[in-house]
Amino acid sequence: MPKTLYDKIWDDHLVHAQEDGTSLLYVDRHLVHEVTSPQAFEGLRNSNRKVRKPNLTLAVADHNVPTSDRSKGISDEESKLQVETLEKNCEEFGIKLFGMDDKRQGIVHIIGPEQGFTQPGSIIVCGDSHTATHGAFGSLAFGIGTSEVEHVLATQTLVQKKSKNFRIKVDGKLSIGVTSKDVILQIIGKIGTAGGTGYVIEYAGSLISSLSVEQRMTICNMTIEGGARAGLIEPDQKIFDYLKGRPMAPKKENWDKALDYWSKLKSDNDASFDKEVTLDGKDIMPMVTWGTSPQDVISIDGRIPNPDNEADEDRKNSIERSLKYMGLKPGTAIKDVKIDKVFIGSCTNGRIEDLRDAAKIIKNKKIAQHVYAMVVPGSGLVKQQAEQEGLDKVFKESGFDWREPGCSMCLAMNADKLKPEERCASTSNRNFEGRQGRGGRTHLVSPGMAAAAAISGSLDDVRKYQN
Amino acid sequence: MQKFKTIKSIPAYLPIVNIDTDMIIPKQFLKTIKRTGLGKNLFYEMRYNEKGEPIEDFILNTSPFNNSEILIAGKNFGCGSSREHAPWALLDFGITCVVSSSYADIFYNNCFKNGILPIVLPEAKIKELSEYSKRKEEIIVNLEEQKITFGNNEIDFEIDQFKKKCLLEGLDDIALSLEKNPKITEFEKKLSSNRPWIFND
Repeated sequence: MPKTLYDKIWDDHLVHAQEDGTSLLYVDRHLVHEVTSPQAFEGLRNSNRKVRKPNLTLAVADHNVPTSDRSKGISDEESKLQVETLEKNCEEFGIKLFGMDDKRQGIVHIIGPEQGFTQPGSIIVCGDSHTATHGAFGSLAFGIGTSEVEHVLATQTLVQKKSKNFRIKVDGKLSIGVTSKDVILQIIGKIGTAGGTGYVIEYAGSLISSLSVEQRMTICNMTIEGGARAGLIEPDQKIFDYLKGRPMAPKKENWDKALDYWSKLKSDNDASFDKEVTLDGKDIMPMVTWGTSPQDVISIDGRIPNPDNEADEDRKNSIERSLKYMGLKPGTAIKDVKIDKVFIGSCTNGRIEDLRDAAKIIKNKKIAQHVYAMVVPGSGLVKQQAEQEGLDKVFKESGFDWREPGCSMCLAMNADKLKPEERCASTSNRNFEGRQGRGGRTHLVSPGMAAAAAISGSLDDVRKYQN
Repeated sequence: MQKFKTIKSIPAYLPIVNIDTDMIIPKQFLKTIKRTGLGKNLFYEMRYNEKGEPIEDFILNTSPFNNSEILIAGKNFGCGSSREHAPWALLDFGITCVVSSSYADIFYNNCFKNGILPIVLPEAKIKELSEYSKRKEEIIVNLEEQKITFGNNEIDFEIDQFKKKCLLEGLDDIALSLEKNPKITEFEKKLSSNRPWIFND
């Protein structure tokens, strides 16, 4: 029977098909961070269990770390305790950790690929919903809860029920100023935040294969915002070239064997999908969210929707609630919405290409006087690379704050957050109520759009600044 | 894990769709290294004002709903982050059963690991049940029989039989998987010859 890429990865990891219809799957790579792991390690200790394969696990602190001067340590006592607990647990259980002062430290979903820990055809899990990012490499990557983190640590397996296959095909070319962030925002707007529930999505089509490895990561990253278990893309030469020579990538004869296996990872031509959606690149515009769910999205030329035009009662109530929270009126042109802050970073858009995109727009320009803008590189290595290219200077000269790596204001667990009613153009992934700080108002955009908003002081069209 | 017992409780009804895990338990409470103690912060931003005082008309702050063991909510409940702090907070508050027309995948799985029963019902049934919340009348959730009883009515619900067994018996699924240890070892042997690069050897 013809198989999809997801079917193939599933079959190659099947340890045991259980009587009740669930399956025990082998986990090749496990990423661990400080927020969702302490209770898992505590569980292991309480039941006297060990980590089955410590060298398949990589840990890093990212959610809680300060993005200002690190030499003073963490001032928040609880954050400090959580980061120290991760350090102790890694030492006790023999897990490799990139500490806060390690230049390889960064957001867990940025460092996995960067180190070559993320590999095609593998099952990758992490106690974090944005684990979907790694699907860009043709791996089956998904977020799990803390109990499952403990399960993986103890058994190197997970009990799973198979999802259905969903293919999203995007053909054509991206217009100038349009990025993969706009593609995924448009997809979520189309399928809705629960459109992918029960599915694993494979992204395919000529536009998807034309994307760089990093752009693909942005797409897969936000798969969870469409509710799917995972999102993946068939690996190709770009992926293999990206991985070659990375510290944790296979070496010598193992590289050849891996390459041989990876090259065969694709859905069969006649494989069937339970659901399919098609988009054309020419219809994709620079996008921006107006509400409090990632599906609340319009193009930058659009206007805030009117709840009175909604027939569905739930949808109407939800729009009303969002508009009230966001402080917006129906019919307003989104370009007329003034912003207070700009955040460039996160596992969605904190990689070097994202920083280059934003820097290109703001070069030789100043940010609007009333705006506070920050760049938080996704990892120490991204930061180093950006500094070598002089991007830090471009940002600083335009008025941006240049910070240390971490999750930062994507979820505002550290000191970086919005004040009530502050409005932010953000390259992150969630515009939920309170996500970036209580009462804070988030508009999700691409890095270029965030840069354009910083200059204009309002949400703006990045195409205006393209040469 | 606590065994799931039949619940008799006045349900609390939150008529909001897409309740995300940031709403259920905001990030400032994820700094804990424990599973317990999160109940007081459940739905924090809807439940307390900026000074930290309870918002009086929020349903879980009012009697009898401050003692509800059953929460009825709009579709796509628990979307967003994978934080298991969301079910921990519900459980610590005393809620052991959620009723919605759909759930986000990770949240749904997390419930079962913590002895919480997430029931899926069609929208029309949700509306019917929510009347009992408005009337402050008790409903009964019986997992064994997969039945919700309210007034003179009954609704059956579907549930995966393995998940049902784990909830009813309070099973530790790590122990269950460790029983498969010979199969895991056998798989690892095959793996080291088929995909040797996985082990970094």
